[in-house]
Amino acid sequence: MDYPADRMYTETHEWVAVDGENATIGLTDYAQKELGDLVFVGLPEVGDELVGGEPFADVESVKAVSEVISPVDGTVVEVNEELLDNPALINESAWDAWLVRVEPASIAVETMDAPAYAESCAQ
Amino acid sequence: MEKKTPLYDVHLAAEGKIVPFAGYLLPIEYPTGLMKEHLAVRNACGLFDVSHMGEVLFEGPGALATLNRLMTNDFSDMAYGRCRYTALCYEDGGMVDDLIVYRLDDERFLAVVNAANKDKDVAWMADHLLDDTVMRDLSDEIAQIAVQGPLAQTILARVADEAALPSAYYTFEPHVAVAGCDCLVSRTGYTGEDGFELYCAPAEAPALWEALIGAGAEDGLVPCGLGARDTLRLEASMPLYGHEMDETVDPMEAGLAFGVKMGKPGFIGKEAIAAKGLPARTRIGIEVTGRGIVREHEPVFADGKRIGTTTSGTYCPFLKKACAMALVETGSAEIGDSLEVEVRGRKVEARVAPMPFYKRKR
Repeated sequence: MDYPADRMYTETHEWVAVDGENATIGLTDYAQKELGDLVFVGLPEVGDELVGGEPFADVESVKAVSEVISPVDGTVVEVNEELLDNPALINESAWDAWLVRVEPASIAVETMDAPAYAESCAQ
Repeated sequence: MEKKTPLYDVHLAAEGKIVPFAGYLLPIEYPTGLMKEHLAVRNACGLFDVSHMGEVLFEGPGALATLNRLMTNDFSDMAYGRCRYTALCYEDGGMVDDLIVYRLDDERFLAVVNAANKDKDVAWMADHLLDDTVMRDLSDEIAQIAVQGPLAQTILARVADEAALPSAYYTFEPHVAVAGCDCLVSRTGYTGEDGFELYCAPAEAPALWEALIGAGAEDGLVPCGLGARDTLRLEASMPLYGHEMDETVDPMEAGLAFGVKMGKPGFIGKEAIAAKGLPARTRIGIEVTGRGIVREHEPVFADGKRIGTTTSGTYCPFLKKACAMALVETGSAEIGDSLEVEVRGRKVEARVAPMPFYKRKR
């Protein structure tokens, strides 16, 4: 499995790509594989405040619901509405299927770089 | 410590994702994935290891009377080679289990019970045997494989004499050679599809499983895990013990009146069920019309008033919508009525839907 090097990873299997004050958050490919076919995504709204370490979205596969934990503190400025109608995009391409963009955002949980995350998933 | 079924190594080799369930280690899904496994059963065929199910033999001159006393259905007029669904109740009408009884001959019946309830069932039934009845728990001596889907018969016919297979729903043949393995084969299942359940000696189960895969793979037969078994039964609106039924629910509330023969002489629970009259609760079907998936144990509202609780719910892969079942106050919701279900603090729009949600074309 390839882990893009342009972003950071959490132990709860989110990825976060930081660009200046803007952060984009998604689920890792490992997470989507563990969850299986996703059939529902619940997302916050633009303007919502995210708190690092707190859940901000939920994703559901046929069998299970899982919370998505925010790696950052900040305000939601954009939501990937496409996922609402087509949650399977996360299964198809977890690295492209971002959930929200946050700005200004500051990393508020421990993160790993790609090699460290790859290693933790391999364990 | 969970038990392994005789097919455990086969599941490992097929990279099944193993989970503990009802005291057994079983695959929840294979690499194929739950959705495709579910659709394979609707469109072609799926293979399930259901060896965890319990099998209890009743024999002796008193066996029939014992079953008629213990269980809610009437077995008196049952021909050999027939299967019959029934509830097993406590004195207060609450359910011990739901099960299927196979009539082997005049004095021998095989009861197939839920794995999670087996020990409780065996203890309860042992305490209530009538005279001249011997009960034997054969669960560890029998493996069970379900072959389910519209192509089940076509595929089985490649490894068995098609004429030897049971032809009618809820019948069985006690001895059918399937890929050289001696099986009891019944035309039963828990998926809402046509299909068969094969009972055989544990040692023969792996070879039988592989032979069935070999016979069906080209037509889309895939092994299916517990996940698909649950979504298939829910899509077909079939109740599951521990969800739609338990010791606080009587069979009338669970919508199982067809399996309760109030006209037959006394059975355990009959007086309590009769005394209740109209059931206080009713099992209903729910289709989610809003966004989200409704699961079990979620509050159900009609016109803002709490009327009950969901008992099962999931996304139904064939119907492509979220459905649930619930126990609600009798008379509080009619088919088509709008409902709301509270999911993690959020109200999701839904409506009362006719059951079964999915019914196969015959």
